[in-house]
Amino acid sequence: MNALEIADVWKYYGDFPALRAVALNIEPGSTLALLGRNGAGKTTLLRIIAGLSRPSRGSVMIQGADARQQSTRQRIGILGHGIALYDELSAIENLTLFGRLYSLPDPRKRAEEMLERVGLARVRDGLAREFSRGMRQRLAVGRAFLHDPEVLLLDEPFTALDDRAITVLQSMIQSMRERGRTIIMSTHQLREALELASHVALLQRGQIVHTGERTQQMLEDTGWLYRTYGEN
Amino acid sequence: MREKIIIGLAIFAAGLLAWNMNTIFTGLPDELNQGAIYRIIYFHVPANILGMLGFGLGMFLSIGYLVTKDLRYDALAASVTEVALVYASIGLATGSIWARIIWGVWWAWDVRLTSWLVCWLIFGGYLMLRRAVDEPNQRARFAAVVSVLGSVNAYISYKSIEWWNTQHPQPVLSIRNGGGMAAGMEAPIWWNLLALACFSTILVMVRMRQESFAREIDTLRRMAHAQ
Amino acid sequence: MFLRQVWTITAKDLHSELRTKDAWNASIAFSVVILLLFSFAFDPSSDQVREFSGGLLWMTYAFAGALVLNRSFAREMQNDCLDALIASPVSSAALFVGKALANFALLFAVELVSLPVFVLFYNLQWGAAQVGPMLLVLMLGTWALTVIGTLFSALTVNLRLRELMLPTLVYPMMIPALIAAITVTTNVLAGNPPGLGIRLLAAFDIIFTLLAVVFVDTVLVG
Repeated sequence: MNALEIADVWKYYGDFPALRAVALNIEPGSTLALLGRNGAGKTTLLRIIAGLSRPSRGSVMIQGADARQQSTRQRIGILGHGIALYDELSAIENLTLFGRLYSLPDPRKRAEEMLERVGLARVRDGLAREFSRGMRQRLAVGRAFLHDPEVLLLDEPFTALDDRAITVLQSMIQSMRERGRTIIMSTHQLREALELASHVALLQRGQIVHTGERTQQMLEDTGWLYRTYGEN
Repeated sequence: MREKIIIGLAIFAAGLLAWNMNTIFTGLPDELNQGAIYRIIYFHVPANILGMLGFGLGMFLSIGYLVTKDLRYDALAASVTEVALVYASIGLATGSIWARIIWGVWWAWDVRLTSWLVCWLIFGGYLMLRRAVDEPNQRARFAAVVSVLGSVNAYISYKSIEWWNTQHPQPVLSIRNGGGMAAGMEAPIWWNLLALACFSTILVMVRMRQESFAREIDTLRRMAHAQ
Repeated sequence: MFLRQVWTITAKDLHSELRTKDAWNASIAFSVVILLLFSFAFDPSSDQVREFSGGLLWMTYAFAGALVLNRSFAREMQNDCLDALIASPVSSAALFVGKALANFALLFAVELVSLPVFVLFYNLQWGAAQVGPMLLVLMLGTWALTVIGTLFSALTVNLRLRELMLPTLVYPMMIPALIAAITVTTNVLAGNPPGLGIRLLAAFDIIFTLLAVVFVDTVLVG
């Protein structure tokens, strides 16, 4: 069973197709870099996979089940543009809350472990709004990985992260890959993404124009993909 | 073809209206108690009937959109509701004028007037909401939900105001003349209803065309920005 | 499972609100000021005023309540928290009910605090027999305001004209519930039996809670 099966997905804004006949099959354990220019539809596609919006046509199956089902959402982790944390709650309170939302057996303990992991254990009682930008991002990473998701969706994760946050994120992605989890990452930062990726998919004007394994050539010549399959 | 239908309907409705107005003003005597002003009923009643039918139809079309996700249902629902709101305004205005002449007050907390006003407010909000949402599918979704909730609420409002009216002393007489109208006096109501219904069909058709253009423009705009 | 999710959401909202007290302070201050203004505008000592005591009270609650209800989903927009909630295993219905319960608790607390102020300004005589019916109408009426307000808070949260659209949509829809609540409250304060209005409120509450739960997923997930 594929980790992700996207079949003939269309998404219309009015009568305008933001996504056209998108089809992707992602095997468990792979790390997919979803590439494309601004406005190509990466965020739209990720939102549909995450269950935040419904496709106008087509289906998205995650481990054989529809994306919107509760059991499926239990197994997905998302890291988007916003940090999705409550400013007025402390770090430990934020993570414990999400632990409860994901029905973890011991939310508080898990939250403390995660704070340790992302290097925020010392400021566990600090309010999220008092944190520096980098600290907030590390907390967000902690939130996304908290329930040990089997499929992780990252929307431009390396954008605007400080060095420490990048290190934390990279190490967590690495440990997920070692445990055979599936990761889908949309990005502009070709270098970091291509290093981690096992597969790539290029989205252009809402259509997938290339999908396949990440090759050494792509890594060495990061512009190759766009030149070969891009428009100009 | 479409233009022919519209023009045909317009001519028919205008002719019918003219003939009917002739009957109303020259053919019928003044009403016993109310004098000349009772003639306003020939617009007041048809307008209210069409308004009510329009809102009800809008609700079913909204459900149609929610089930099929076809934007044409939404376009039709919006057109019908908008035209119904116009007729509701006419109904409220004529009712108010009539009340002023007969009862000496511009407004009375009569159950019909009050609940009709609430209905007007609800669907006025519906139209405002449509203007506040950019993306057509989102607009259709939200408008459909408001239409359904609003229709249910309008009905409950009617019932609750009716109940409330029994709690308070009745300020005025009921509008209805109770029992039937004199022969010959009732028929013009139905002819006017037909004429106004034709006009409302024309308005809905024009509005639908506008919606279709608006969708096309929206799509072109998105395509242009995607370059 | 559903109840556990509802409780988590309710606890989160109340916890956040108690931490910042934004909506709470604004709402209490607003309702006291309005009651004060009303008592200047309508002389509390005249007997006629007692006839619209219910109206004054519920108008105050409706306006003060809007401050709480607007915040309900608006607070999730900061940092994109709403997306995280919708993507989580919590169902839209549980999210809605959880928030509605939190709003209900907040609104009810505001009402209980401003009620003595009202009794004070209007020199109302209280009897033990009135407490029960009063609490009942407060709860049923407040739930009506909450259910409509929370659903439309979800609907308007993404709109640019949110502060304008929420009252425009919500107040006409609240009218049947307000009519019933006002009539019953006036009756109770005058020492009369509450009347059929209680049943109307209960029916309103049930119908709109069901409708809200049915439609909230359509509203939240595109």
